[in-house]
Amino acid sequence: MSGIAGHGAAVHIENCGKTFPDGTQALAPASLDIVSGETLVLLGPSGCGKTTMLRIIAGLETPDAGGRVLFDKTDMTAVPIEQRHVGMVFQSYALFPNMTVAENIGYGLKIRGVDKAARAARVAEMVALTNIGGLENRRIDQLSGGQRQRVALARAVAVRPRVLLLDEPLTALDASLRDRLRSELNSLLRSLGITAIYVTHDQAEAMELGDRIVVMRKGAIAQIGTPREIYFAPQNRFVAEFVGAANIVEGPVASGRLTLPGGWLALNDAADNAAAVAMIRPETIGIVAEADAFLRGTVESVAFIGDRQRLVVTGAANKPLTVDAPNTINVRAGERVGLSVTPQAVRVLPKED
Amino acid sequence: MRDRLIFAGQLGFTLLVAAFLVVPVVLSISAGVTVNYFRGIQSGVTLQWVVQVWNLYAGEIGLSFLIAFATLAVTLVVGVPAAYGLHVKGGRLSRVIEEIITLPLAIPGLAIALALLLTYGGFGGFRQSWLFILTGHVIFTMPFMVRSVMAVFASVDIKTLDEGAASLGASPWTRFCNVIVPNAMPGILAGSLMVVTLSLGEFNLTWMLHTPLTKTLPVGLADSYASMRLEVASAYTLIFFIMIVPLLVAMQMVAEKGEKK
Ligand SMILES: Nc1ncnc2c1ncn2[C@@H]1O[C@H](COP(=O)(O)OP(=O)(O)OP(=O)(O)O)[C@@H](O)[C@H]1O
Ligand SMILES: [Mg+2]
Repeated sequence: MSGIAGHGAAVHIENCGKTFPDGTQALAPASLDIVSGETLVLLGPSGCGKTTMLRIIAGLETPDAGGRVLFDKTDMTAVPIEQRHVGMVFQSYALFPNMTVAENIGYGLKIRGVDKAARAARVAEMVALTNIGGLENRRIDQLSGGQRQRVALARAVAVRPRVLLLDEPLTALDASLRDRLRSELNSLLRSLGITAIYVTHDQAEAMELGDRIVVMRKGAIAQIGTPREIYFAPQNRFVAEFVGAANIVEGPVASGRLTLPGGWLALNDAADNAAAVAMIRPETIGIVAEADAFLRGTVESVAFIGDRQRLVVTGAANKPLTVDAPNTINVRAGERVGLSVTPQAVRVLPKED
Repeated sequence: MRDRLIFAGQLGFTLLVAAFLVVPVVLSISAGVTVNYFRGIQSGVTLQWVVQVWNLYAGEIGLSFLIAFATLAVTLVVGVPAAYGLHVKGGRLSRVIEEIITLPLAIPGLAIALALLLTYGGFGGFRQSWLFILTGHVIFTMPFMVRSVMAVFASVDIKTLDEGAASLGASPWTRFCNVIVPNAMPGILAGSLMVVTLSLGEFNLTWMLHTPLTKTLPVGLADSYASMRLEVASAYTLIFFIMIVPLLVAMQMVAEKGEKK
């Protein structure tokens, strides 16, 4: 399928920071490597600098002095966006209201001097790829949000960009459409094998789409890793809490055991520590008979969610623990239960101020 | 019943106001085709005044249109890119420049004319050519063009469209032609309409700047009111109408078509 995508560049970002003229430091100097063909997701809360990073890669923003952007080892820092050969999908789509759908998709090809027949063929290919057959002659204001999103994607991919940049492309859509388009987008990115950088503040989107995820916080990179690494092995409390649900527990560690008010947890080779902080995902905690467990607590509430039930257990740790239990076990509020947690499921986090 | 009464009242009032405004125009125009205004329309209907005006003032009429369209050309070539630049750059400097461009709206035309005379009056060739009046008209009409184009830019997020086109490989000039101008069209048309109308009807500034050889329609009109018989001045009004109304209608139609698109 690489014929459809063309060739994806490896992107190297070196010490790119951004301070705006008004003094706002949107991005502290950061370095990042994106492998050719990879989908990298920039994930973080609003205002953390995701868009700024994306715009630096696109060439819409120049990094502060000392920062460099390289595509396939070629320095692109001083190259304007129109010569970087990127494809960009904007949150607001930025489709041209004065052109039809087909003209929008073919615009980049027209600029590159592709002749009419070849252009029409490529546009038809893109229309088929993004499932918007029949809309070619519509005007942009005659499209629904989901259709606009597809046109924006088709337009960006049509030019066989070296890097595809997407800034929250699904945020403007309603939830169910977002879910559907997310999985469509996922298979599209996989089949194209294109280098893609995807900005989102939605962790589910990041998990599904990203080969790797860059979690950002306040203009700095908090962690880079695969979705599994980010989820199961967060390097700090911010990542643990931002990605998925997390129980944060605190207590002293001695000889491989974390002592909590309701008992103790076994740890994998943890150094002794008078006040350790650890994370446990709700679905890694098993509910067992009180007698069989080293950690015990009282079920405070049970919420049946369908595919699972969410319990809140008090007395086990210093704060109530959230436990995602299978929907088949029978527990009631007020019951005493034992909690079983494997050592691998407990992630000790570095102490933060 | 009550609605009907209100409607009738409103209709009556509207008609009254319209009549109040239209009757003088009709009277004035009819005077232009009357043999002797003081004896009334029964003295006969004639085109002699119209012909006389045409013979006397064809030059002024031609010059007026020349200046109006030259003004339009200058405000388009300078004003549209300026509006684009001001919008994309943003920031305090842009706002200051915008204010400066807008200033002539608040300053009396006479003052602008005086400033121009003080500054450039000494350049004989320039002072005596129609370009001197053109300069005044450009200063006076520029804010209308810049403002109406900027209003459109603000409503269609032109900056993101521009970035979108740039990401697809379009150079700044190509982007300007393919994306900026077509999407600013409603504003450009509205601005053009105002510029042409204002230039054709401008009197204050033009009167100060004109020389016996560079007179525009309104200046000629004042001239004929002051020195000719009433029928001639009225015939002049008639010609003014015949020239300007179709133009206005045509431009309005173009502007509406642009907006619908
Ligand atoms: N042109 C600018 N001038 C000054 N400050 C800016 C500018 N653009 C962005 N900022 C600031 O830089 C910070 C990072 O902005 P950025 O747009 O990169 O955030 P983001 O992570 O994309 O957020 P969101 O999820 O809300 O889009 C914010 O505090 C923002 O206010
Ligand atoms: Mg953003």
